[in-house]
Amino acid sequence: MTTITAQRPTTGTRRQSHVVTDAVTMLRRNLLHIVRYPGLSIFVIGGPVVFLLLFVYVFGGTLGAGLPGVDAASGREAYIAYVMPGILLITIAGTAGGIATTVSMDMTEGITARFRTMAISRAAVLAGHVLGNTIQAIIAVVVVLGVGLAIGFRPTAGPAEWLAVAGIIALISFAISWLAVGMGMQAKSVETASNYPLILTFLPFLGSGFVPTESMPGWLQWFAQYQPFTPFIETVRGLLLGTPLGWSPALAVGWCLVIAAVGYAWSMVLYERKSVR
Amino acid sequence: MMTRNSSSAAISVRALDKSYGTNHVLSRVDLEVERGTVFALLGPNGAGKTTIVHILSTLVAADGGDVFVDGYNVRTQADDARASIGLTGQFSAVDNLLTGEENLLLMARLRHLKARDAKKRVTELLEQFDLVEAARKPLATYSGGMKRRLDLAMTLVSTPRVIFLDEPTTGLDPRSRHTMWDIVRNLVAEGTTVLLTTQYLDEADELADRIAVLDGGRIVAEGTPDELKRLVPGGHIRLRFGDATALDTASGILAESERDDAGLTLTVPTDGGVGALRTVLARLDAAHLEVDDLGIHTPDLDDVFFALTGRVDTKGPTS
Repeated sequence: MTTITAQRPTTGTRRQSHVVTDAVTMLRRNLLHIVRYPGLSIFVIGGPVVFLLLFVYVFGGTLGAGLPGVDAASGREAYIAYVMPGILLITIAGTAGGIATTVSMDMTEGITARFRTMAISRAAVLAGHVLGNTIQAIIAVVVVLGVGLAIGFRPTAGPAEWLAVAGIIALISFAISWLAVGMGMQAKSVETASNYPLILTFLPFLGSGFVPTESMPGWLQWFAQYQPFTPFIETVRGLLLGTPLGWSPALAVGWCLVIAAVGYAWSMVLYERKSVR
Repeated sequence: MMTRNSSSAAISVRALDKSYGTNHVLSRVDLEVERGTVFALLGPNGAGKTTIVHILSTLVAADGGDVFVDGYNVRTQADDARASIGLTGQFSAVDNLLTGEENLLLMARLRHLKARDAKKRVTELLEQFDLVEAARKPLATYSGGMKRRLDLAMTLVSTPRVIFLDEPTTGLDPRSRHTMWDIVRNLVAEGTTVLLTTQYLDEADELADRIAVLDGGRIVAEGTPDELKRLVPGGHIRLRFGDATALDTASGILAESERDDAGLTLTVPTDGGVGALRTVLARLDAAHLEVDDLGIHTPDLDDVFFALTGRVDTKGPTS
């Protein structure tokens, strides 16, 4: 063992350049977790697939027949198209539980405290989690979409629309991940951490994910129209199936920026305050 | 521009204060640790040892006072201080989902070692800490001692100038404990400064150049192990007799002893050596006195605390 006597950088600019390197290192760590322990990923993908099959084959006939302008005989086919965007958003919301759990585990196991005693950018540690989860969410969405296509989902999107879908899915995943990091930090135990994000998986149900908001009672309609998941779902639906987009894309992007900013600020404050037991 | 004062002490703490609400965890603590030495913070649970380590390692902000580590102010030059330090806490701060080798490589990358240097350093550390065989196994298969060794190896990836060890041997079996002591000695031999916290007087005695005794957030004594030991009364032999007559006789023979009539026991102060014990027994033997029970008590942390604080109850909430 030798004693390092070389000069270390003391200026801020040299250290700033490490933010990206550190974030990539942390991302690699999280991806390694995903590869090493695929159980969580299988759960994250399996859940929405079960929902999809349940809503198409069990409820689909009846629910589809109730959609405006759909006749009773073609209910199921119409419902696959209607429910798919909602299922994709549930998929993204479902990954939040995974990231909140891993963040909480890092906190309780003390490795977050270790990172804090090292000269690593605070944002890099959390960004590693967020980017890892965003990638996992995108993979999950692709798989769930694949199952949808296999059972008869027929999107009308052209290449430009597909690109836009990829973009908005990535942006929503990124925003939700930051919020989930905050939830994971806030939770006192790993168990609570895995429960907080369940709220997010409910939101597509209380929006336009499974039935048109017009069919809901007035007070719920109001909530459904103004909550973030409705513009998310309407944007994905419009891009994939050509339904009117209106203000939805702008609202969706706006919500993403707000959610990401709130999640980021929340996580950073907690990171400084809570990582010591 | 702020710069580091490299001629200064490795750790310098002046008038450090820390409270959580109305609970004063640390009150006007002063510390000065010379480079290349081992400094032990000795104290019971709740004395504030861990809080000092957390402040020195930039995890917790102090309420008042000046704290310099490796010449850097931990408040205003936190990132510079962080590049100089390593912390191994009470609980193994390792990534349980990775292997030992992957944990070390993670640290090497976060310390920005070049890929080749990282690999070399990791191999070195695995050998030095006797983890070669377990290197590619998941941490779930590691014992407590192995995890602690890995934790310390992770701290040493970039050879920090100042290392904090918070109760490094608590919960370890005697063999792992001695391994840990050897590691600390080697580190210091190479010029690293080590600040460790411990509840065990023998550990501080074994390793430290200087010891500060912490009680209720204050430093109640500071000095070399020998200086501190002089503050502590020696050990004693406790003798129990069959009846009051024997106790009376023995008490007459061993005039320096204290008697407890209810327990039929005599407490004889000694220097803790075998010779003293032999003398006491020989004197009792000469008087044909039977000893029912004999206990030898060597000075321990309780004695230090009794001597320094004048009370036995030093237990408090976990820090």
